[in-house]
Amino acid sequence: MLAIIVKRIGNAALVMLVVAFIAFMIFQFLGDPVQLMLNAQASQEERVALRLRLGLDQPVVMQFFSFVIRAVQGDFGISFRNQREVMSLIAERFPATFELVMVSTVLALAIGVPLGVFAAINPKNPAARIARMISMVGVSVPAFVIGIVLILVFSVQLGWLPAFGRGEVVQFGTWSTGLLTPSGRLALIMPATSLALFQISFIMRLVTAEMLEVLRTDYVKFARARGLPDRIVHFRHALRNCMMPVVTMTGMLIGDLIAFALVTETVFQWPGMGLLFVQAVMFIDIPVMAAYLMIVSVIFITLNTIVDFIYLAVDPRLRQTGTAGGANVR
Amino acid sequence: MSVEQTVKMPAAPRFARLRTFLDGDLVYGFLRTPSAVISAIVLLVIALTAIAAPLLSPQDPYDLTQLYLDKAELPPIWTAEGQAPYLLGTDVQGRDIFSAILYGSRISLMIGFASVIVSVMIGIVVGLTSGYVGGRIDNLLMRIGDLVLSIPTLLVAILVSAIFRELLPVSMRDAFTPVILTTSIAITSWVQYARIVRASTMVEARKEYVLAARILRLPPLRIMLTHILPNVMTAVLVTATLNLGLAILAEATLSFLGVGMPVTQPSLGTLIRIGNQYFFSGSWWVVLFPALQLSLIILAVNLLGDWLRDALNPKLR
Repeated sequence: MLAIIVKRIGNAALVMLVVAFIAFMIFQFLGDPVQLMLNAQASQEERVALRLRLGLDQPVVMQFFSFVIRAVQGDFGISFRNQREVMSLIAERFPATFELVMVSTVLALAIGVPLGVFAAINPKNPAARIARMISMVGVSVPAFVIGIVLILVFSVQLGWLPAFGRGEVVQFGTWSTGLLTPSGRLALIMPATSLALFQISFIMRLVTAEMLEVLRTDYVKFARARGLPDRIVHFRHALRNCMMPVVTMTGMLIGDLIAFALVTETVFQWPGMGLLFVQAVMFIDIPVMAAYLMIVSVIFITLNTIVDFIYLAVDPRLRQTGTAGGANVR
Repeated sequence: MSVEQTVKMPAAPRFARLRTFLDGDLVYGFLRTPSAVISAIVLLVIALTAIAAPLLSPQDPYDLTQLYLDKAELPPIWTAEGQAPYLLGTDVQGRDIFSAILYGSRISLMIGFASVIVSVMIGIVVGLTSGYVGGRIDNLLMRIGDLVLSIPTLLVAILVSAIFRELLPVSMRDAFTPVILTTSIAITSWVQYARIVRASTMVEARKEYVLAARILRLPPLRIMLTHILPNVMTAVLVTATLNLGLAILAEATLSFLGVGMPVTQPSLGTLIRIGNQYFFSGSWWVVLFPALQLSLIILAVNLLGDWLRDALNPKLR
């Protein structure tokens, strides 16, 4: 058991190192930082001095090494675009993304799981059919299209909800939240809905498919034969065994939501780190791009590793072989 | 000379294979699934109109000399200010939305199909090698696959697309954008195929017919391509259909974010991006119709993919 955990963590660390290498290579390939940071009139001495100061005279391996050391300490350099420390830029934007993603995750699980169970238990119910049809539309219509349609209806036509921004926020030191002000909550409704809609549909379809499969198994039939009421059979016997893929999904879901938040943030001009990244890509602001890549990867890989551990804790069969086979359901 | 060629098949009537296919379960089931038939028809219409775009559209949206600024921001034809050739209105540059949608669908479908084909090919090569050769090569290839999956795909696609664009000289950028987009989508989606092909290859490789082929001393490449591959293709095709929707979505997302097709050669995603900048001024048609077309394409592809998966799934028979 311990060996498996250590191996998992080692794997995650190795993947992180490779991601760091990719981020480092982006720096190496895209332009000379000396040329980007100094103006054209800079003298040769100034160039050499900067080159020495940035450590660019060192061998590539040493440069990569110091890059990783600095990254671990949260030092990603200075943004080319607005000459500020990348880390403080991202720290400023992180709460907005975090809030958006958390609210969407809660929405996705709170709506997706019950709907999925409902559709599986009553496959012939017209409401369940409609829910299944809507879920098909939900996984097909792009999130940015849903966002635009929501803005067209609720902001442009009806004028009920703000079309962009975060509303008023309350500051707690470096953390800011919009959940405590009425305008902040109003501003959150549309971005969170459009971000969650794909995941609601996805979770619903997943739970329905799993439930239908479990309901066909012998132990469910046997529970029915014992005369247990439907409610107990469905929720205590069947649903429990459907939750495994949902646990995996929730881990991946949060990762996906963080990545897809950048689309939603672009549509609603939500001041999160996704919007920061999209703007950085437009200007080829490499330090911001690299920092975002690494931070999102850290979150993603950490979540996946935690999911693997949950798997090990929940499913004793995996502890023997040491492979979390179910972790690859997608 | 190989064995298959010495055994003569009885002379079959012409189109016999087509006949058996048409009489088979697949076609029977298809015709009795309304959602699949409707999706197929919708897709066929969209594909045909996209291919025939130069014949059907009143304007060539790539030709800047055909854009008139005095015809800019016209609403659709059924509203009071609508004007004759512009069926769905025009955007701020006087581009006819209807023509732009036809040409845009063309690009979206083309990049979607191309990236699926490229990722299927990468997946097949990697999966067959991994599953048949095994050992260290298998380990290495699968680790690379894990690595690709451990970074969010959208992020990888954005970065790859942005970096390739930056590396190309400005004069070549626009011409190569479809290739860059196809590559960046394919790079993020081949792993799934590789895993499927690898898993089925490992099962097939142990079966008697492969053993027989190996006893005949056929070269490994030939065993992989002509013996194993046909038996693993069904699963690959189903996944490819399901992923086509995702590929089209990925291209649209990249274009919408501004790292995809340029404004001079708009895909559906680019059109939505353009429309998104102007709909606050009231011209909703610029953004709504391309969005509708894009959603319709992805929905139809997904419904077809769903049907195909269920139809070919032996568990549900």
